[in-house]
Amino acid sequence: MGSVALQSLAEARRAVVDPDRVFAMIDHIVDTTPGRTGTLVPGGEAFLTATREACAAAGIRVFDIGDGEQGIVHVAGPELGLALPGATIVCPDSHTCTQGALGALAWGIGASEAEHALATGTLRMTRAGTMRITIDGRLGHGVTAKDLALALLARFGADGGQGMAVEYAGEAVRAMEVEARLTLCNMATEFGAMTGLIAPDAVLFAWLRGRPHAPAGAAWEAALATWRELATDDGATFDIEHCFDARDVAPMIGWGTSPAQSVAVGDRAPADNAYMAVEGGAPLLGLPIDAAFIGSCTNGRLSDLRAAADVLRGRQVAPGVRAWVVPGSTSVRAAAEAEGLDRVFTDAGFEWRESGCSMCFHAGGPGLPPGSRVVSSTNRNFEGRQGVGVRTHIASPATVAASAVAGVLADPR
Amino acid sequence: MTAFPPVTIVSGVPAPLLRDDVDTDAIIPSREINRVSKAGLGQALFAGWRYRVGTRDAVPDFVLNRPEYAQAAILLGGANFGCGSSREHAVWALHDWGIRVVIAPGFAPIFRGNCVRNGVLPAVLDDVASLADGAPVTVDLAAQRVRHGGRTHGFDIAAPDKAMLLGGLDAIDLTRQLGPEIAAFHARDRAARPWIYA
Repeated sequence: MGSVALQSLAEARRAVVDPDRVFAMIDHIVDTTPGRTGTLVPGGEAFLTATREACAAAGIRVFDIGDGEQGIVHVAGPELGLALPGATIVCPDSHTCTQGALGALAWGIGASEAEHALATGTLRMTRAGTMRITIDGRLGHGVTAKDLALALLARFGADGGQGMAVEYAGEAVRAMEVEARLTLCNMATEFGAMTGLIAPDAVLFAWLRGRPHAPAGAAWEAALATWRELATDDGATFDIEHCFDARDVAPMIGWGTSPAQSVAVGDRAPADNAYMAVEGGAPLLGLPIDAAFIGSCTNGRLSDLRAAADVLRGRQVAPGVRAWVVPGSTSVRAAAEAEGLDRVFTDAGFEWRESGCSMCFHAGGPGLPPGSRVVSSTNRNFEGRQGVGVRTHIASPATVAASAVAGVLADPR
Repeated sequence: MTAFPPVTIVSGVPAPLLRDDVDTDAIIPSREINRVSKAGLGQALFAGWRYRVGTRDAVPDFVLNRPEYAQAAILLGGANFGCGSSREHAVWALHDWGIRVVIAPGFAPIFRGNCVRNGVLPAVLDDVASLADGAPVTVDLAAQRVRHGGRTHGFDIAAPDKAMLLGGLDAIDLTRQLGPEIAAFHARDRAARPWIYA
C-alpha cells in the first residue's frame, strides 16, 4: 500500500518530510519461489515498480528482492533494530501492532494516513483507550503465543479491544522470548485494538543489542537509560482490565471465518459455518486437509520454524497434502538453513521458499482451488482470504506441521 | 484545499448488511486490488458476495444487487464493521459505489480512520436493526441525529472526525498550519533521542 501513498503524495506535489526515517519493504505480493525476480500476481509488477520509483525519487531506503535484509516488514523491522522501544511507528498495514512487542507505539494506518505521516512527520490522533490483559501462570508444553492469542480472541471477541491500546502483562508474558511476544502483539489488530504492547525488559534489551540498526556504544547506553523508564508504573490505572490464566490454554484451531471463532483443537465446532463446511457439534480433529502453510508476520520467525521442524523431523507430509514453509525474512531463512531446518522441511515434503507474505492472503496468480481446506500459521481466516472458496484453519506452526503429517487437523502434543 | 465534498445531510432507504465482523477482505478482496489507483473500485465492492464465483454475474439476493437498494447512499452494518486489513481500497470502493454513510454498532479503528479521510461517515449507533424496515432515513451529521419514521436516534462520532467530514477538510493542510510547533518538537526530540533519527 506504500506505493499508493507515495504516488498520491507525488501527484499532490508534496515532499516526504524526512526520508531518513522512512523505510520500504517489498513483502506483500513478492514471489516466494526460489530464484524469484518479481511477482506472480497479475498486475502486481506495477506496484513493485511504483514503489521502487517513488522511493528512489524521495530518497527512501527500499529492502528489495536480493537484499539480505528483506523480509515481511513486521518480522524484518524488529530483527534489524529498525523498531525500537519508545519509538512511534506507523505503516500502511494492519499488523504493524506486532512491533509493540518491543515497547514501541506501533499501529496500522490507511494510505491517506500514510501520506499524512510522510508529508508532516505526524498523525492527527484521538487518544486511544487503555486496556491491560494480565496473563497469569505459564503456557503448558506444546502451547504457544499463537494459541494464547487465539484463546484471548475466543474469550473476548473480535471487537474485544476495539480502539484500545492493549498492554499484555503478567507472568506468562514476562516468561516469553521476544519472538513469542511479537506473535502475541501481532494479533492485537484481530482484537479490534489500535495496538498491543509489552513493557520493555532485560529479555528485550539482550535481544536488541547488536542488531544492525540498533544504537551502539554510547548511544546504546543512553537509549537503554530511557528504555528502562518506559514500563507501566505500579498503580497505573486502565480503562479496562482483564485477567487470563495461561494454564487454561490448549493448542487452538480456527473453525470459522473470524479469528475469534477458534477453539481448543480437541473441541467440537460450536456452530455451523457453511463457508467452512463445518458442522456445529462435529469434532475438528480428523478433518481432512488439502494444504498446510507455515509463514507470515504472525509465525514466520526462526522459533516458529524450529517448532514446526521439531514435529516434522523424520516424518512425511501425508499423501495429497501440499505444504509450504515461507520464512518471515531473508535472514530467518539464512539462519534456518545454517542449522539445517530447510533439510528437515524438504525431507518431510514441504516446499522451502523465499521470504514474503505469500499465502497469508491471495491476490491472484498461482493458488489453491475453491473448496480447498488449509491449515495455516497465519492470522486471518476470512472468506476468500487465501483464495476464492478456500477454507482456512488458523493454528500454531506446530499444529500446522502435525496436521500436515496426519493429513487431517491434528493435536501437536 | 478540499479533500472531498463535505458530508452534511444524507437521505434515502438504507441498505441492510446486518452481519457482524464484515471484514475488509469481504468489502474488497485482495485479488480485486490490481491497480495503483484509488479510482473505479465500485465494481469490485463486495465482489466475493455480489458475484457468482469466477464471474461478474450478479447474485440476485445480495443486498446491493436488489433494485430497492441500487441507489443506496447509506449502508447498515453489524458489530466490528471493517475489521481486518488496513486496505483503504475498502472505503474507496464503498465511496465509488455511492455509499456516504455507514451506520453500525462499532467500527474497526483503521477502517473508521479511512472513512473519515475519504468523505464516508462512520456513524456509531447500537440499534441498527430498527432502521432496516425499508423506510427512508435522514442522517444529519451536524446534529448527530438519524431521523427514521417519526423517531430520531443520536449517534456517536469523535469531534475531530465530525469536523473533518463536515468541512471536507484536508488533514495534511490542517496539520501543516502547525509546522513550526512540529519542527520544534522534532528538534527537541532529536537532541533527546538521537538514535531514533540516526
